Parts: sequence; structure tokens; C-alpha cells
Amino acid sequence: MSDHHHKETFITKYIFSTDHKMIAKQFLLTGMFMAIIGMLMSAIFRVQLANPGEYSVLYELLPGGWLNEDGGLNPDKYLALVTMHGTILVFWVLTAGLSGTFANFLIPLQIGARDMASGFINMLSYWFFFIATVVLLSSLFVESGPASGGWTIYPPLSALPQAIPGSGTGMTLWLYSITLFVVGSLLGGLNYIVTILNLRTKGMSMQRLPLTIWALLITAILGVLSFPVLLSCGLLLLFDRSFGTSFYLSDIIINGEALHNVGGSPILFEHLFWFLGHPEVYIILLPALGIVSEVIAVNSRKPIFGYKAMVGALLLIAFLSFIVWGHHMFMTGMNPFLGSVFTFTTLLIAIPSAVKVFNYLATLWRANIRFTPAMLFAIGTVSAFITGGLTGLILGDSALDINVHDTYFVVGHFHIVMGLSAIYGMFAGVYHWFPKMYGKMMNKTLGYVHFWGTFICAYGVFFPMHFLGLAGLPRRYYTNSSFPMFDGLADINEIITFFALAGAIVQAIFIFNFIYSIFKGTKTTANPWKSNTLEWTTPVERIHGNWPGELPVVTRWAYDYSKPGMDEDFVMQNVPLKEGEEEH
Amino acid sequence: MTNLLIALVVILAIAALVQLVRVNELLSEITNEDTNAVTDDDNNKNGIFFLLTIPLFLGFVVWQMVTWDHLLLPPASSLHGAEIDSLMKVSMTLILIVFFALTPMLFFFAYKYRGKKGNTAYFFSHNNKLEVVWTVVPTIILTALIIFGLRTWDRAMNPDLSQASIIEVYSKQFDWTARYAGDDNILGQSSYLLVKGKNTLGVDMLDEQSSDDIVTREVHLPVNKPVLLKFRSRDVIHSAFLPHFRVQMNCVPGLSTQFGFTPTKTTEEMKSQEGEDFEYVLLCNKICGAAHFNMQMKFIVESEEDYNKWIASQKSLETTLTLK
Repeated sequence: MSDHHHKETFITKYIFSTDHKMIAKQFLLTGMFMAIIGMLMSAIFRVQLANPGEYSVLYELLPGGWLNEDGGLNPDKYLALVTMHGTILVFWVLTAGLSGTFANFLIPLQIGARDMASGFINMLSYWFFFIATVVLLSSLFVESGPASGGWTIYPPLSALPQAIPGSGTGMTLWLYSITLFVVGSLLGGLNYIVTILNLRTKGMSMQRLPLTIWALLITAILGVLSFPVLLSCGLLLLFDRSFGTSFYLSDIIINGEALHNVGGSPILFEHLFWFLGHPEVYIILLPALGIVSEVIAVNSRKPIFGYKAMVGALLLIAFLSFIVWGHHMFMTGMNPFLGSVFTFTTLLIAIPSAVKVFNYLATLWRANIRFTPAMLFAIGTVSAFITGGLTGLILGDSALDINVHDTYFVVGHFHIVMGLSAIYGMFAGVYHWFPKMYGKMMNKTLGYVHFWGTFICAYGVFFPMHFLGLAGLPRRYYTNSSFPMFDGLADINEIITFFALAGAIVQAIFIFNFIYSIFKGTKTTANPWKSNTLEWTTPVERIHGNWPGELPVVTRWAYDYSKPGMDEDFVMQNVPLKEGEEEH
Repeated sequence: MTNLLIALVVILAIAALVQLVRVNELLSEITNEDTNAVTDDDNNKNGIFFLLTIPLFLGFVVWQMVTWDHLLLPPASSLHGAEIDSLMKVSMTLILIVFFALTPMLFFFAYKYRGKKGNTAYFFSHNNKLEVVWTVVPTIILTALIIFGLRTWDRAMNPDLSQASIIEVYSKQFDWTARYAGDDNILGQSSYLLVKGKNTLGVDMLDEQSSDDIVTREVHLPVNKPVLLKFRSRDVIHSAFLPHFRVQMNCVPGLSTQFGFTPTKTTEEMKSQEGEDFEYVLLCNKICGAAHFNMQMKFIVESEEDYNKWIASQKSLETTLTLK
């Protein structure tokens, strides 16, 4: 038990650390930094949508050359902002920022391991991610601008610099960046899987794993199976762009020049992209649902209802997520029969999703709820999951998709079901495990203000978007003033922009609370939430190796809250069963 | 000067926040309580906020539905579109019912079971009967919805097009061009390599079927006659979106796609129903470059008489391309 006594220098402790807890914080801080950038981008394009073509003081934040001569935002750069906002939020914040943080932080702590299976690979995983971040951000400053073809980078638009300036150097950097990102996330994912399968402490059987770990395990498996497809997809695009191949290109004239490419198909790209793209939705969502399951159980002072059904639902959702990608492509002209198959599999996902919602509701039923800021956000996640999940029944139905595909209805749908659910889950996780991460408490009152402000503003932003979509408004329009049929929608756009800006300001409260609490927060105790899981058996002060003495031995599941016959309303997982006590 | 003022305001705001938090912490030191422990008072307040959320949130949703109803697309102007509309109505009703049931339930539980010192939660880890019920019920409802959806999709995708007139819709950055198949109702061959000068669509003029084709910058359709739109793209992916007809199909370079439908209402009828400025319009619905937001073409649905008059006044490709 001497491995936690080795000497740590500043560099090995804070920078090239192999301690999973430090790596988790690195992911969190990088993710938060990127979230701020992504959010500012959305604030800027929301201002454009409310006041098309007009100057705004917010534009001062942009690099040079992004504005028109009259001070309005350049349409090209509007698309660049939308593209980078999507890329950053989907990959950097909700994949790496969410999974990277909580998989790293919670897996060893909750399964009773001293660290990840390979601390070194874990460190590499972060540093690949870090370099990917630098490359992506550097693309903001190249002369032709960053990638601008939408975060889905469909060729030929993304393959041809003549089609849009962002498809020049910016797109090349985007592809390099994503390649590094995928390498990082594969290294991380393999490590998570191996650690969960091999390093569980004595007694931590799969049936006793907290739901957070189940969710993170399934997420890692999804990532390992789907990210390589994105990598090959991007690689082929790189070949088309740089080496004159024709995987995705055929019969093209651009700027009056006929290209030599024949025989490729952009639809092939879409199949490959969405084979990652759809599991990616669950790579984002499942960790949040895992966190929420844990936070709801702890703060309801009740076991999570239907543990086995919750695990089963996670597995079923994960399986289905691999056979539904075609619902992003109903309108590509693929065989309508294929559309039928994808409609069928897509709508099936509603069943395990419904089970999860009902189980959360049953967990809250007759609970003794303690409203920590984490709990508020957990309830927010369930609300967003209900609201956003339901509109999926419209979009997943190929016949209905004809009219809402690529409209603001989609934007509203996925921002609520994937964006809000996941970001609320992430907030819940940060508020809940902050004491474990930094040994300090975050300020409760600021947490309340943050939740209620965010909750109101977020619905104010995304709910009205459904109406824009039902009015037929396509997404990714620089302005909708070119079509008289959309003139009536100007008011809605102004409302959305108002809430978007207000919501952005509310996030400053969180950032203040986060930074202030790291340095000045009140000291925490070892188990501030009276929680059952193993991370709360470790000392408050961080040590490399997690437990000072022997590893804890697990004797029960994680959800013995308010169990009749017990002395307190929680029983930690390493407390042996009482004589005559039955395991749940 | 403005920037300096903004910076000053930000700094003052942060300082104010720090002081607020400090005061809070000092107060709790005096009363000897952990400032960040959740009290019954916190539980009450947040519980009541959740209770208030029910009327406010649902009220906001209803307000939007009432206030913005007139902005939504009018009922479909096509045969298959009417069926899509009924499926939409059924699905929308279903999801609204579930939404208006589950959302209040969630927030009401949050309020009703807000914590209180001395209370104990009810240890309730699973109940197989309940779980079977809430797995089976959604399954039955979804089965019905899937069957309804697939039937509608099948009918929308496989209309009777034996009598349909064929029109090609050609897309490029950032406009649309239409090509009518002419008297023979067959589009002449085309290739991107033949795009040159006036022959902007790359039509093969050596093909006999090309000569009667008619190229136009707006599309006229006779009402109640089936039409088959065939899509091509010159450069990047575009998407032909005709929201009023419930028609959408991607235009993909190197691939031919199509969508057949029957318009059921003339532009004039729609004008009298929706207002004088009403026009059917084709939009681009796949990000395609800087002017994506302004890529449009007018569609006009009219009586067969008017249509015949209009089409007779258009010049065939043979005339336009050979005319110097």
C-alpha cells in the first residue's frame, strides 16, 4: 500500500498526472472552457437571428474579417458559428466534458479501484483531447475561417473549398482535430471498459454496480464500437479532399469547373457518419441518465425504482441505437422500404425510454426529497427527457419527418432531449461530486438561482422552436427574412434570443460559484450527502490510490436508502449485512 | 470608454457576489450551522417552486399554442399531405396528452414528497406488476402508431404515377431551375459534362427526347393532376422542400431522386384562404453555402386551362438553345 506515497512534482500532479481524479478535473475544466465558447457562439448567432444583418456589440468578440462592411455578420461566418457551436457542444462538451469527467472520476472511486487499469493511457487520452482542442480552436483564426458546412460536415459541401470558404484550411483542421479526438476517446473508452470489468473490488458484482457505472460502461462500449467508423468516414473525406479520390464525389461542377470525380456517393458518407452519429446521441445521454439515477436515489432517500429494469433499459437503448441511424436520412432518397425499417426500430426506443421515465417517477413517489442543487438539475433532466423525448415520436416517423426534417422542430427536439438532458445531468454531477473533487462545498443559494434561471430560460429558448419548425422554417438560415411566409415569425425569434442571452448570463453565476468554491468554499465532510457509494468512504483530502489502507469490501447494492430495520436512512455499500438482513 | 465601463460593471458584480456569499457564510458561522446543508425551508421553497412550475410551464405551452397557431403551416395542399396531416394530428394529440400528464406528475411529486426532518421515505425497490404494465401499455400504443405511420409512409411514397407529368428540378448554388418533359413526357438525357453556355442543365441535345423539353424558372402545376418531380444537383447536396405540399427530397450530385404528388388547391384558392401574399414556394432545406437562406423558386398551382395556356407560351429547348 505504498503507491500513494510516491513523490509528486507540480508537473506530475497537475499537468501530466496519471491520477484519474486529476484527469477528470482536466476534462471538466477543458469541457467548461469549451462550453463557454460554444455558448458565446450561440449567443452571437441568436443576436443575428433576432436582428438580421445589424451590428451588435457582441460581434466584437469575433476574429477579424467575420463581419460585413456595414458591421453585420457575414453569412458564411454565421454558418461557421453554427457549425462550430454544434461540433463543440456535441463532441467537446457533452462527450469529452461529460463522459471524460465522470467516467474518469467515478469509475475507480465507485467500483473500489485505486486507479484506472492504465493510468498512462488515461493521461494520453486527455492529452490527445487537449491537442484536438488546440487544433480546433486554431481553426477559428485561419484566414478562410473554420469549418462551415454544419457539424455533420456532409460532402460535397465539406469537400470543396470552392463551395464555401470554411471547407478550406478550416475543414482540414476540423478533420485533424476530430481524428485526435477519436484517438483520445478510444483510449479512454477502452480503459473505462477494462477497468470496470477487471478492477471491481471484492464483492462488487455487476448486480451491485451503481447505475452511474452501468451507464458509463455502456457508453464506453458504444463509443468503442462507433467512433472508429467516424474515423474512417473522416479519413475517406480527407482522401477525397487531398488525394483526388472519389469516395463521396460524383458529377460535380463548381465555379464553372467540372470535377474529374465520378462514381462516389455523398449518401455513403451519410451512412457512415450517422452510424456513429446516432449512437453518439446516447454516448451523450446515457452518462447523464446514469448520474441522474444516482442523484435522484441519494436525494430521494429511496432506492432507485426497478434497478434491473433500469439496467435492461440502458442495454436495450444502446442496442437499438445501432440500428436506427437511417432516421436521419429519410429524405435522402434511399429506398422507402429502408425508411420503414428505420421508422420501426426508431419508434421502439420509446419503450425503454418510457420505462426509465416511469421508474424515475416511481422513485420520487413517497420519497423524502432533499433539494440540493444537484437534485434540482436531476429533476430538470427528467423533465427535459419527457418533453424532448416525446417529439421524437414525430421525427422518428418517416411520414411525418417529410415536413419537419431539418426544420427548427428538429433543433428544438434535440436541444431539449439531448442538449438539456445531458447538460442538466452534467450540472447535477458537478454539484453532487464537487465536494469529492475539491473537498469544498459549492454555494447552495447560488446553485438554486442557477437552476431556476437556467430551467426557465432553456424552455424559453427551445420550446418556441417547435412552432418555428411547424411553420416550415428550415434550420441553418442566416435570416428568414427572404421568405414572406416567415415574416410572422420575427417575434418568436426575438423571444428566443431574449431567453438565450438571459440564459447565458445565468451561467455566469455557475462559473462564479464553481471558481469561488474551489478556493473559498466551506470545507466538506467525508460523506456530505449521506450517500451509499464507495467514493464517499475515501478521505476528504485527495490521495493517489484513493484509499489509505485496504480497499473496501462490498456487501450490498448501492441503494439501501431508508431501508426498514436500519439505524440510519442510508447504509454504505461496505457495511456488512446485519444478521438476518436480506439483500434488498 | 464603453469597454472600460463594461469591465467596471463586471468587476463590481463579481465583488458584490463575493460579498453576498461571504455574508451568508459568516451568518451561518454565528448560528453554527453548515450554510450549504439543505434545510426544511429550502425543501419547502423549491417544492413550492416546482408546484408553481406546473401552471406556469403548462400555461406557457398553451399560450404558445393559442398565440402562434395562425403562424403554422395551413392544411396540406396535396393528396398524400392530407393523410400526413391526419397522422400528425393523431401523433400530436398523443404526445400532448402524455406531456400534459407526465409533466405535472413529475413536478407534483417533487412538491408533494419534498423532504422534512423526521420523515422517512418508503423503501420501494421494485414491483414487477407495475413494471410490466408500464412496459406493455407503451408497447401497445406504439405498435398502433408504427402501423399507422408505416401505412401513411407507404402510401405517400407509392402514389399512382402512371398519369403523372414529369418535371425535373435542378439545383445549384443558389438557385433552382425546372425542366418540363414536354409533349412526350420523357426528359432528354443529361450529363454534367454537357453543361455549357446556355445549356445550363447539361441536356444532351442529340437525344431526340430533349428537343421538346422546356426549361423554366418557376413551376406551374395543373390542380388535381399527379406530378413527378425528379431532382438533380450540380454541386453540393440541396434539399427540395415544398412545405405546403408536404414534399421534401434531397438533391444529391451523382444521384437521381424523385417525389411524386398531386396538388389539390390552386394558388388562387390559397390566396383567398391565407391572404393575398400567399405563394407556394420551394425552399432549400440542406445547408449548401452562404446564400442557402435565399435559395427559392415559385410554384403556382392553377386550373388546367390556365396551365395549358402558360405551358404553350413557353419555348422548348430546341428553340432556346439553337436560337443565336
